[in-house]
Amino acid sequence: MSNKHIDEPTGVETVGHEWDGIEELNNPLPRWWLITFYLTIVFAIGYVVVYPAIPFLNKGSEGIWGWTSRGQLAKEMDAAQAGRAATLAALEQTPIEQLPGNPDLLRKAIAGGKAAFRVNCVQCHGAGAAGGIGYPNLNDDDWLWGGNLKEIEASITNGIRQPGNDLTHASLMPNFGKDGILTPAQVSETADYVLSLSGKAPLNANGKLAFEANCVVCHGADGKGMRSVGAPNLTDAIWLYGGSKEQVAGSINKAHAGVMPAWGGKLDGVTIKMLATYVHSLGGGEDFSEAPTQPAAGTPGNAKP
Amino acid sequence: MPNPDTVHQSTLYEKRKAVFPKAVDGRFRRFKWLVMIITLGIYYVTPWLRWDRGPYAPDQAVLVDLAHRRFYMFSIEIWPQEFYFVAGLLIMAGIGLFVITSAVGRAWCGYSCPQTVWTDLFQHVDRLIDGDRNAQMRLEAAPWGPGKIARRAVKWTIYLVISFWTGGAWIMYFADAPTLTREFWAGEAAGVAYATVGVLTATTFIFGGFMREQICIYMCPWPRIQTAMLDEKSLLVTYKDWRGEPRGSVKQAQKNPGEVGDCIDCNGCVNVCPTGYDIRNGPDIACITCALCIDECDKVMKQIGRPRGLIDYATLEDCALERAGGTPRPISRALFHTRTLIYVGVWAAIGFALLFALGNRARLDLSVQKDRNPPYMLLSNGELRNAYTVKLRNMESRPRPMEVSLDGLPGGVMWTDDMARDKAARTLKFDVAADRADPLRFYVVAPAETRPQHFEFKLKALDAEGGEDESKVRFDAPGEDEDE
Repeated sequence: MSNKHIDEPTGVETVGHEWDGIEELNNPLPRWWLITFYLTIVFAIGYVVVYPAIPFLNKGSEGIWGWTSRGQLAKEMDAAQAGRAATLAALEQTPIEQLPGNPDLLRKAIAGGKAAFRVNCVQCHGAGAAGGIGYPNLNDDDWLWGGNLKEIEASITNGIRQPGNDLTHASLMPNFGKDGILTPAQVSETADYVLSLSGKAPLNANGKLAFEANCVVCHGADGKGMRSVGAPNLTDAIWLYGGSKEQVAGSINKAHAGVMPAWGGKLDGVTIKMLATYVHSLGGGEDFSEAPTQPAAGTPGNAKP
Repeated sequence: MPNPDTVHQSTLYEKRKAVFPKAVDGRFRRFKWLVMIITLGIYYVTPWLRWDRGPYAPDQAVLVDLAHRRFYMFSIEIWPQEFYFVAGLLIMAGIGLFVITSAVGRAWCGYSCPQTVWTDLFQHVDRLIDGDRNAQMRLEAAPWGPGKIARRAVKWTIYLVISFWTGGAWIMYFADAPTLTREFWAGEAAGVAYATVGVLTATTFIFGGFMREQICIYMCPWPRIQTAMLDEKSLLVTYKDWRGEPRGSVKQAQKNPGEVGDCIDCNGCVNVCPTGYDIRNGPDIACITCALCIDECDKVMKQIGRPRGLIDYATLEDCALERAGGTPRPISRALFHTRTLIYVGVWAAIGFALLFALGNRARLDLSVQKDRNPPYMLLSNGELRNAYTVKLRNMESRPRPMEVSLDGLPGGVMWTDDMARDKAARTLKFDVAADRADPLRFYVVAPAETRPQHFEFKLKALDAEGGEDESKVRFDAPGEDEDE
């Protein structure tokens, strides 16, 4: 039973119901609130139509705009890729020995190399590229296979001791002790002699004899090594497999022959180029000892006879 | 005292009663004009002022360069890390409001608040298009017809132009004004510029054109804060009820001399009020103390030959004094009381501290961050190398020659990654570009026997102006710390 009437003190109509003498005033909702409410309904209808919203048994509605979060991600990735395209193309076309002449491109290559290093190289060489026992430190100025951009690129591309790769760096030091070429005493004396080269031990005459008979072919008479065969310099402070007596003797007894993958088959040429520039930039990179290659034809300047 | 029955009682759900303030003239109105011209002038003109900073910096006098993270204000340039200057200015602005409130009551609300200034401007547009109060009320009540539609269209168009100009002026503070203006109209400006102009145009149009006094009465927190700050020593616009009551016409006063007060109940004070408040009900949040009612009442009092000041600026203390028959103190006495002086002191102290800091701030800076992976490097000749990222910051808008040298670390030399190792030295010279902080990678090499220790990089400007900075860093090496 409706009993709408105007409430005396407030001048507002009641809703027309009465419960034990209690009546309710019919104060309308504020108009701005109602309008906002209706607008949200309109918005929601539009949203359901254009965006994926309604769940069905097997899949949801797709919405007429066809938007998906995966699609958006793919689009953003494509856009990022497109943004890098010019730089990657320039890197593709520029031989690595010409990169130092293009500081802007070099800077980008180093940044890209840093990212690629974190994905592919840190597992062995460490996040700071400081390496460890058996894994070369890439920050220092000691390079087994050469430290200019081109040599680093070659090392990354073809790896170390990769069977089936003709260009891989493959040197093998004999297992002097294990294979019986030297007696245990000779191994120990040779180790002493090797340490004496860097002043870490007194000269050992027997060791010198053994060294001259067995080691100078690769490590050189002065022990300074030979990059063409990857023989390390034995006179410096850096020891890939440790510089204590035991460690050196152990290396002579049984050579380590560490390996690195040939990244040429796994990464594209531009990534390898970028990795080489990053490794080169870590503080130990070497300049080209020979004159840099002539600039590509058509490069302006350099008109001197 | 005012009759409680007539006191304005606002209720919830109350529909807005439109306000059509009548035009008025007088000293406060003229002062309001002056404030409006000055404030709007500052706002609209400032971005167009030029200031020569040389070839390496923008020539806009006041510029918030968000893209390059610089804030320019005439000869002052502020970097992000110096943002405390801006924070200080904002604190001063806040305390400044306290000072104003303490000294002259709600003068900020009455004269210089943007809401007040733009509302005032829009009300002048109303009068220009629709005529004064009575014409506006007639038009409001009239049914919609061609004439009303035309007038409304013209008026709202002018509102829109003013609003657009207001929003447009705002973005000029954030980019080179002439360039941005050209880009804006060519459709080349950043999306955020259009969005900002759009939002500010809308808010100005709605707040200034339609919401007006509702902003002050219902939305703004400041009047509510002020109610806690005003006291019996604060200047208020006051209706002197002991002089005005009981109200009566001039005729009644002639008939019954001595029985009616000075107020002739002409409602002039209400008609001119931009918030539609009746000041005779006493102080209220709705009174923004713009003093237009004083102008109107003074005019009426002059016409009927009674002394001015029935409505006037007065403090509650003065009112009590006057009500008791005393002579009121001069207004200037009300301006200075203890609280005001304390506020001024705090305000000035912050100001002087900022000025002092501004005068003494360093215009160059050295910051060094050590590479921590690897902490140190063994070189093939046994020497130890540490790497550092060094930022030489030149905050002047011209390139400066500087030198960096090593202090401590015996036998140490350094070089950067873009120079040859054999150029390593204990002192390196750099030309640091204008207004830049470029990171350089430094390698520091020390002899094999070096132990871990601390040393300093020292930066020195080599030009006439000079300036120094240093940064203490660690040199990592194997073994025990030398410092300990």
